This record gives sequence, C-alpha cells and structure tokens, in this order.
Amino acid sequence: MPENTAIAGATEVEGHHEHPPYQRHHFETMGQQNDATNFAMWLFLLTEIMFFGGLFTAYLIYRNWYYPAFVQGSHQLSIFWGTLNTAVLITSSFTMAMGVWCAEMRKKSALVLCLVLTFVLGLVFLGIKSIEYHEKWEKHHVPGLRYNLDSFLNPASDHEVYQEYHDKPLPLDMARHTELYFFLYFAMTGMHALHMIIGIGILTFMIIQAQRGAYTTGHVTFVENFGLYWHFVDIIWIFLFPLLYLISRHAN
Amino acid sequence: MSHISPVLWQFLVKWMTDFSLFPPEASKIAPQMDALYFFMVLVSLIGLTLVILLVVAFSLLYNKRRHPVAVQIEGSTLLEATWTIIPLGLFLVMFVWGALIYFRVYTPPNNAMNVYVVGKQWMWKAEHPGGQHEINALHVPINEPVQITLISEDVFHSFSIPAFRVKREAIPGRYTSVWFEATKVGKYHLFCTQYCGTDHSHMIGWVYAMTPDDYQKWLNSSTSGSSLAQNGERLFASLSCSACHNSRPDARGPNLVGVYGSKLTLTDGSSITVDDAYLRQAILNPSQHVTQGYAPIMPTYQGQISEEGVIDLVQYIKNLDTDYRLKQTTTTTTLLPESQGKATSAAKGMVKQ
Amino acid sequence: MSDTIVVLPDQATARLPKTNYLNKENGLLSWLLTGDHKRIAILYLISITFFFFIGGALASLIRLELLTPQSDLMATDTYNKVFSMHGIIMIFFFLVPSVPATIGNFFIPMMLGAKDLALPKINLLSWYLYMAAGTLAIYSMIVGGVDTGWTFTTPLSTHYVNTHVITTGLAVFIAGFSSIFTGLNFIVTIHKMRAPGMTWFRMPLFVWSHYAASILMVLGTPVLAIALVLIVLERTIGIGVFDPTKGGDPLLFQHLFWFYSHPAVYIMILPGMGVISEVISTFSRKRVFGYTAVAFSSVAIAVFGFFVWAHHMFIMGISNYAVLVFSLLTMLVAVPSAIKIFNWAFTLYKGSVTFETPMLYAFGFMGLFTIGGLTGVFLGTAGTDIHLTETYFIVAHFHFVMVGGMLMAFLSGIHFYWPKMTGRMYPEKISQLAAVVTFIGFNFTFFPQFILGTLGMPRRYASYPPEFQVLNVFSTAGASILGVGYLLPVLYLTWSLKYGAIAGNNPWQATGLEWQTQSPPLTENFTEIPIVDHEAYDYEWLERQKEKEVASA
Repeated sequence: MPENTAIAGATEVEGHHEHPPYQRHHFETMGQQNDATNFAMWLFLLTEIMFFGGLFTAYLIYRNWYYPAFVQGSHQLSIFWGTLNTAVLITSSFTMAMGVWCAEMRKKSALVLCLVLTFVLGLVFLGIKSIEYHEKWEKHHVPGLRYNLDSFLNPASDHEVYQEYHDKPLPLDMARHTELYFFLYFAMTGMHALHMIIGIGILTFMIIQAQRGAYTTGHVTFVENFGLYWHFVDIIWIFLFPLLYLISRHAN
Repeated sequence: MSHISPVLWQFLVKWMTDFSLFPPEASKIAPQMDALYFFMVLVSLIGLTLVILLVVAFSLLYNKRRHPVAVQIEGSTLLEATWTIIPLGLFLVMFVWGALIYFRVYTPPNNAMNVYVVGKQWMWKAEHPGGQHEINALHVPINEPVQITLISEDVFHSFSIPAFRVKREAIPGRYTSVWFEATKVGKYHLFCTQYCGTDHSHMIGWVYAMTPDDYQKWLNSSTSGSSLAQNGERLFASLSCSACHNSRPDARGPNLVGVYGSKLTLTDGSSITVDDAYLRQAILNPSQHVTQGYAPIMPTYQGQISEEGVIDLVQYIKNLDTDYRLKQTTTTTTLLPESQGKATSAAKGMVKQ
Repeated sequence: MSDTIVVLPDQATARLPKTNYLNKENGLLSWLLTGDHKRIAILYLISITFFFFIGGALASLIRLELLTPQSDLMATDTYNKVFSMHGIIMIFFFLVPSVPATIGNFFIPMMLGAKDLALPKINLLSWYLYMAAGTLAIYSMIVGGVDTGWTFTTPLSTHYVNTHVITTGLAVFIAGFSSIFTGLNFIVTIHKMRAPGMTWFRMPLFVWSHYAASILMVLGTPVLAIALVLIVLERTIGIGVFDPTKGGDPLLFQHLFWFYSHPAVYIMILPGMGVISEVISTFSRKRVFGYTAVAFSSVAIAVFGFFVWAHHMFIMGISNYAVLVFSLLTMLVAVPSAIKIFNWAFTLYKGSVTFETPMLYAFGFMGLFTIGGLTGVFLGTAGTDIHLTETYFIVAHFHFVMVGGMLMAFLSGIHFYWPKMTGRMYPEKISQLAAVVTFIGFNFTFFPQFILGTLGMPRRYASYPPEFQVLNVFSTAGASILGVGYLLPVLYLTWSLKYGAIAGNNPWQATGLEWQTQSPPLTENFTEIPIVDHEAYDYEWLERQKEKEVASA
C-alpha cells in the first residue's frame, strides 16, 4: 500500500542500519519485506483457487449431467438464509477493509472494534450455516451418513418446498443423483466454512495483538494479508451462493 | 564345459531358448504399429548417437589438457532454431503417424463380429454372441475383424493382447471397445495391465487364434444351449419389460424393434444414435434417456441386473429385426405354463438380492 | 597442464572458517527451531536420504521378487504393498523434495545474493510438514501398508481395498502442502529478494529451472490435495463422487490426479536440469550455450506441462479428439527438453573440459535423460502408446527420467556443492568410481525393462510368464550393482565430513555468487550484500576478481 511504502521509505532515510523492530533480519528494507509477504499471500490465494477449482470442476460436470437433480436439490436450500449469510459475509469484508484502513491510520481502538466486528460477523455466518446444516440433517439430506430420497421421489411430502416450487417427482435414477448435489453442497460450503473457522482463529489472535498495539505502529502487513485472505474467502462464497442456491432454481 | 553341472547346463539352455526379444506380430495392425515403433527407435538411436558423439567429441577435443583456455560463446540463434525445428518436425511426423494408427485401433469396421468381455477382480469373462462363455480365455477366428466390447464390474482393468498390439481399459459403468484382426493361428497372452488389486498378476489368460473352421468347431462344441439374445429374451420377459415395450400402438414404452442403429430424438431435443452404450444407459439410467413422446416412467434397473444381464438384454434388443419375436415373448410369458421355469433360469442375469 | 580445475588451499595451514552457519549456534534446538535456509536444507538432506533408502530397500524387495516368474518371495498382496509404498515414498518423499528442498533451499538465496529465503518460518514449517507426512507414511507402512499403487486409482482405492488408504492419502496430502510452501517461498524469493544488479537474465539457470518447477508446485499440488480429500471422504462416508454406481465418474479422478501428477514429473526433473546447467558450465569453463533458450525452455516446460495430463489416459476411453489434442501438446513439451540437451552439449564446444565427479554424473544424466525423454515420445504418440503403456516400457521410461535423470542430477549436485555445504572435499577417485558404477548398474537394471515392455510384460505384476525371466534376471543383477553405486556416496561423504580436504571458498573456480563466500558460509550468507555487475557464468569476470584480490593482497 502506498502510504505504507512511504513510511518504510522514511524509516530508511533516517538510517540504513536502524531497522524497525518488526523488520526481519534478512530483508534489506521494510518495503522489500512488505512486498514479499504481500506477494506470498497472493500466491497462496492462487493455490487456494486451484484447490477449490477441483470442486468447481466436479460441480460443473455433474450439474451438466444431472441437471434435474441439481435443480430440485437447489430447491431444498433456503434463499433466505443464503441471502442473509451473503449479506453478513459482505459486511464482514467491509469491516475487515475498515480494519486495514484503521491499522494504516494507526487508530488502535477503531482497529480493535473492526476486528471484533469481523470476528462476530464470521461467527454469525457460521451460526447460520450450522442452522442450514442442521435442517439438512433433520430432512435426511446428508449424503453418505443420513440420506433419504423422499423429497425428490415424492415432492408433495415435503410441504414447504412443494408449495413454493411444485416439483414433479424425479424418477428413481435421477433422484439418486441428488445425493451428488448435496455432497458437492457439503464439500464446497464445508471447505469454505473450514476456511472461515481458520480465519476466525487467526482473528482471535489478531484481536489480542491489536489490543497490545502491535498493528498500529506502521507495520500493517499482517493485517493487510489477513484482509486479503478474508476477502478471498468472501469471494469464494460469492461464487458458491449463486452456483448452489440460485442458478436454474426456477427451471421447471 | 565339463565343469558345469548338467543341471545348471540344462537350466541355462532352457533359459536361453525360452527367451524372446520381440513379441509375435499376429494381427493386422501389428506390422503397422511396429513400423512406427521401429521408425521411432531409429530416430531415437540417431538422436542418442548424435548427443553421445557431440559430448564425446567435444570432451576429447576440448579437454583441459588440449584446450586450456575456453573460448566464451554466447550461443547461436541458427543452431537453436535447428534443434528446435528438426526435433519438432520429427515429433510431428510421429504424432500424425501415431494418431492414424490410434484411430485405426479404436474404430471398428462395421462388419466386425462382436465379443463382449466383462472384467472383474480377477478374471476376464468373454461372451460370444452365440452364448459361449469363457473365463480367462478368448477364442477368435483369424482373418476376421473381431470387436471387443469391454466393461468392468468393479474397478478399472485393462484388456491387453501384446501379440495383437491392442489394449483398452475396461471401465466400470461404461462400455469401451477395441478391435483386431488376427492373422496367425496360435496361442497368445492376454493380460490385465491396469493394476486392479491383490491378484492383478493372476488376471491373465490366453487368446486362441484359430482358423475359421476350427473356430466354428469350437463354437459348436462349447455352446451353452442358448445365445446371448435368447438369454436376453428370457430376462426381458422375467423383468416384465414387455409390459411396456410390446410394440402395440398404445404401448407405454417405445417400440424396440429395429431400434438398434436408428436415430432417436430424446425429450430434451437432442438426437442420438442407438448403440450398446445408449441401450445400457437407457436400462440403468432411464430418466436421462427418454425418447421424445414418452413419459419418463421407466424404473431404473441399476443394481438389479448384472453386467452380463445387461449385455444379454442389449444383444436381444440388437437382434430384434421384426416384431415377431417380441410378440412371441409377450405371448409366451403371459400364456405358456413353463414361463415360470424360464423366468427362473433367466434370473441368472439378475443380481442376487 | 593439470587435468583438473580444483584449486584447494594449502592443506597444512588451511582451517575451516571460525564462524559459519554450522557452528554459529549449537544444540539440537538450535537446529529444530532454525530459520536459516542452509540449516533447513541440511535437515531436508538428512531426511530425504533416509526416505531414499527406505524406498530403495522396497525397490530391492521388488527386484528380488521378480527374480523368478512365480510370486515366491512374498504373497501378491505383500508385493502390491511393496511397490505401492516404493512409489509413494520415492515420489512424494524423495523425488519431489530432492533437489529443490536441499540444494535449492541452500543455494537459491545465495545465488541471488540474499540473506535467506523470503519466508524463513514458512520454510521451516514446510520441513515439519514434510516430517509429519513422512512419519505418517512410515506409520501406515508399519501398521499394514497400502496397496493402491501410488496413483490411488478409484474405485479401487475407494471401495475395493481395505488397507490404509486414508492414512497414506493424508500423508501425501500433508507432503503436498510442504511442497506448495517450498515452491511459494522460491517464487517470492526469486521475485523480491534479488541483490541489486541481479536482473532476471543475470540469474543462474539453476534459479530459472527452480522458478519453473515452483510454478508447477504452487498451481498443481492443490488439485492433488482436493482429489485426495475427495478419496478420503468417499472412503469414510461414501459420497459417491467417483463411484459409477452412484452416478459419479471415476475418470474425473484420473483427470484431477494427472492434472497434478503430470506436472509433478516436471517438478521432479526441472530442478535437476538446473543442477546440470551449473555443473556443465563450471567444468567446461564456459557460459552455458544459449542461456536465454535454456532459461525459456524451463518456463516453456512449466507452461506446456499443465496441458498434457490426459496423455496418461489415452486408452481409458476419453474421446479420440481429446487424444489428438493431448498427443500434439505432448510433442510440443518434448521440444524444450531437446533444446536443453543440445545446448548443454554445445556448452562443451571450445570449452576447457575436466572430468570431476559432478561432471561424470552430469554426462550420465545427459545420456540417460536423452533415452528417457525419447522413449517418452513413444508413449506420447497415441498409436504406440496403446501397445506400450501400462507395461514395463513405461516403468523403464520413467525410471530413466527420474532415476537416470533426477537422481543423477541430485548426486551431481550433492558432489558439486558438498565443499560449499560442509567446507570439505569428497574423495575424488572413489566418487568417480561410484559415478561409473551407478551408470553401469542403472543401464543393466532398466534397459532390459524396455524390451520387457515391448514384449508386453505388464507393470505391477508379482508373477509373470516364464519367458520374461532372462531379462528380469538381468534387471535384478543390475539393481544390485546400482545398490552399491548408491551406498558408496553415503559412506565416503560421511567419511569426508571429518577427513575430507579443506575446500576453501571456491574449489571449482565457479562464478556463482555462492562460490564467492567462505565455505561453509556464514549464517547471513554475505558480510555485505553483493552488487551484481556481471552476467551468470562470466569466467572473465572471475579472472578479473582474482587479479584484483592478488593486487590488493
């Protein structure tokens, strides 16, 4: 970030050998250190994209093959919770971005506030997600462990969904493939949730550190990089939400 | 020589005689593939010799004793272009040649006789159209194209006959095929080359290439009494397929007579040529393969029919040229008292529940 | 005129430098918590050597079993476990980290004029991940092993074996992250840590080849990771994503697996190619012929390497047209390797060639890699692939590339850099002998396998038809020679730690920045960051430097 480089540059002018305490010994300048760690974070996110890429590929292939199963599977997801969660996550990205700005502006209590807000919104997201998971468990829509085809062979038995979509019964062979849809749903949102949990863990650590003033001395790389990670997790959701909840919902 | 013990001597002799360096060429494609193989060997040898010559010659000419001070050279665009373009050209020749052979191996001629081969841990089960079954063996006539339609009941296997230079994976859940035309009478190795678990190395057998006369004799002597199509017919009846597929004008299922090889339009508007793979899919995953104008009411038979049973059904449908046979099935199953017995014998195509 | 370029200090007065990275701090903890890339490289060197010999022991069991046509030494399922573990350990725990994590880790920062890799803690983390993964792999081997082959083919691995697939899969998953972090660290270091004046085209080719390999590690490995996660989920809760009876597609696994595992082949060979560039240049006293061509051919391999994965699936029933495309692209990826071989050969031209051990290994590399590469074309050509794939031909092919190529390069590099890493020379005569023994043993072991493959002998067979025995006996006999060739270096290199001649800063008179410092180097590599004003492999610059030193002394 430009401000940041300027600060690092200023330190350098004062004296080459007087490193700020947070500069690692093997870097020549703060600028180099920030550049390197930022770049590393971007590369790491690239590997994450490839990681999720495998799942997205599987999703695209199976959706193409078992389209009706995917349509009816998506009817089982709640638009309300999904949209709410999207809003929660985008808001948390906003508070995170604010946090990075606060750190750069060296506003300690505002930074802590932003991080706590992000932390809370992250937990809210996971809470809503677990409500949705619980609903799937209740309806026997957990592939492998607890799965039952009733909602697809006999949609009328599933009153709430039926009232809204009036699904026709799926033939048995197609109904079986809804299990693949739910597997991908759980794998993709589960992987995403795992990233959220890791993120929340790091946030806890960051809140403590921020309280001690670790990020408001001009060295904001850590906050910045965590921000990148958090936005990345957000973006993954921005792709998951339409793919799993929205696309072709009203196809039949 | 007298010092060598006779046992060891015998062993050595046996060893050196029972030893080969190149597989027999016993199919029509084999010499073609070998021509490409030897071309590639030749190119490789020339390339390797060139590299060795360069390294040895430069090492001798420019070793430190002879040439104490190195002359610094940047490189040469001309040389770079040479060793980019020449290998590329050679590789492209191999690519085109190889692609031609590849297409030949995997494009069976229309007049090929079809043998079904089902792979399972750890055996090959071959089924001839006349109903002859073999395990870990395959009898084929020479000078006649033979198409092998492969499927696996469990894991990936790979059907390999080195003497014919053909190989194809048997994949669970879909048909693959390969064809060959044997040219020499003989007994050749049949291997499973895709690792498939504990007894992978015992999933081997023999291919017997026979003169057409001998083949006919073999067919007659090893007949099981009913052809695949006849087995399929019984299965068709016992699964009550004819309740819907009965060629009547008001039938709930499409007429199957002459359907094989025809072009169908499906409910989603796509058109498809009916082949083995389509028929298999239509039996196991019917809802995705519904003919236009019909309701998707057919139940799936996934898990109820074994792969052999599916093959029998496919063969039966394939051979339905007139609706005479179909009507006969319909009537026999409803009228004849021995239909009960037939249904049980047909049950061997069904998976034991 | 002597026929060696080795210049050693006067042994009577020479001493190892008083402070260096090895003795700066003492105690086990100072090693286990180190951030120093050189120490981490040494940790890696010890661990991969350990895994190499475990993999090697498994290999000798394989060769012993194949001495006779029957499966008499061990039962077929034991044999299956042995070759599976051989593959898994050699690939994920030796070949992938071999050159990058040891020589690369040690020398990339030094070659660039940096004090360390950009992310020292991540570097240490990657070693710990590697060790955790290795421990898990050894554990799964002890409790019963795995018999899926290193390819984890579904549905065999998911539904038809009851061995320790989950543990091993997890081990490979973790090893994958170790490799991702190493690659990530290299890319960041190469981008951001170059010394002033070290432009991209002044970097040694060793760095270029590691850059290319790192791109593959960073982009390919996560795909393997997700494929393994799916396998574990399939085994534990049965989700059916690769299960044809549930509508899944087993070929999807093949695509995901080879999307990593084909580039992995280049992850394994590219760093080796980097070593060969350094060695050939140094022992011909000449700049590598066509520097830019060699540099770009590495990047070209990395780029094309991502688009050829389906050539492992030519006979698996993918569409004929897909086969056309992938076969064509495979031909394209073969060209950069040819370019490299010819450039190395022409580096000797008008050079001043000497034949120290690293150079002998490099010559071995060139011969064996040429054979390995050319036989790869046999397999990339769709037609001949039908006959040759899944036979011993393919086994011979990848052993020529991996063992004949990468292992030769690794040994070349270890001998070449030994004086810098330890401050002492290895014994020259016996190591030359080891190089020759390895070369002979290797050819004896693996050349017969080309013929076996052409005859049609399938790979992964515990027993085989008797007419294949003669060639198998040759192969096993060769393997015992090869074994000696690999044991020798361990013995004399260990010996040399104490008794080797003091090497001095630059025994090879090489030009890289790493050779302009003391051996073994200081923890911070350079007393002051060098300013680079010359190209890589500039021997005239080196001469001028020496004159300057003499003048100032």
